[in-house]
Amino acid sequence: MKYLKYLLVGTGFGFVLTKSEAVSWFRIQEMFRFQSFHMYGLMFSAVLVAMVSIQLIKRFQVRTISGEPITLQPKEFSWGNIFGGATFGLGWAMTGACPGPLYALVGAGVPVMAVAVVAALSGVWVYGLIRHRLPH
Amino acid sequence: MNDLLSRPWPWYVAGPLIGLMVPLLLKIGNKAFGISSSLRHICAACLPGRIDFFRYDWKKESWSLVLAAGIVLGGVLGGVVFRNPDPVRISAATEAGLKAVGIENTGGLHPAELFNFHALGTARGLILIVLGGFLVGFGTRYAGGCTSGHSITGMANLQWPSLVATCSFFAGGLLMTWVILPRILGL
Repeated sequence: MKYLKYLLVGTGFGFVLTKSEAVSWFRIQEMFRFQSFHMYGLMFSAVLVAMVSIQLIKRFQVRTISGEPITLQPKEFSWGNIFGGATFGLGWAMTGACPGPLYALVGAGVPVMAVAVVAALSGVWVYGLIRHRLPH
Repeated sequence: MNDLLSRPWPWYVAGPLIGLMVPLLLKIGNKAFGISSSLRHICAACLPGRIDFFRYDWKKESWSLVLAAGIVLGGVLGGVVFRNPDPVRISAATEAGLKAVGIENTGGLHPAELFNFHALGTARGLILIVLGGFLVGFGTRYAGGCTSGHSITGMANLQWPSLVATCSFFAGGLLMTWVILPRILGL
């Protein structure tokens, strides 16, 4: 039962991703071709709202519903941000989907994306296998 | 109401709603919004082998798997139950550019001729779906996050490595879109 809230948040997120068409290969192509503001507006407004929210949470020391303090781990730099990031970018423009949309598309009527999810899992697994040999 | 749910939503409605996922997850359980780590937890749960990277208590991260299941469900609601009957309205320039490489926008979220099970038997379908998926998984884990964890949560929390990662996502995407993709589509 304690996980029900995450199921609801996930469902809401999947629904918004689909309605905004951020899950669409066509929209991702449009973005990488700089031919529409849609995806940029989506990203900028999402970041802005999240940024203001985080500032308010910090300023007013907001706690979770169960009373714990809220903490956010800093993201430490690694060369993976660059090499892994560019690798992900290649795959993003191929599948037209980052991980959230990959899940959403499985439900949204592009069932072959389940194969892409399994391929993504194998990518994560191979990363786990060879990560000590990669620059970080 | 039905019309509101089946029509596509403009960015200024959907974007802020996506941004609200960050405070919502912090408030309900002190969780950082990020999707790609769920892929790691699935590996840890199903096939950890002797790989250190997958030997941890993934059950503590079950919330992230439930969140992923919710996203699939949200996809069913948004893409099937309240399906938009019209094609995705991309710009005329993109439509013309895609037509030039043989992709018609005839409705649906993805090009139907490239993203179906039969396409897995063609070189371009196999490359786009399987190799593309592999690179998404490998790349996000190597980068330590994806569009949600870095580009939204990380950038909103003013983490400069997340800005570096986001720029790299874009560099890879541009290279694929402008240089490599036309060659794959020509196969």
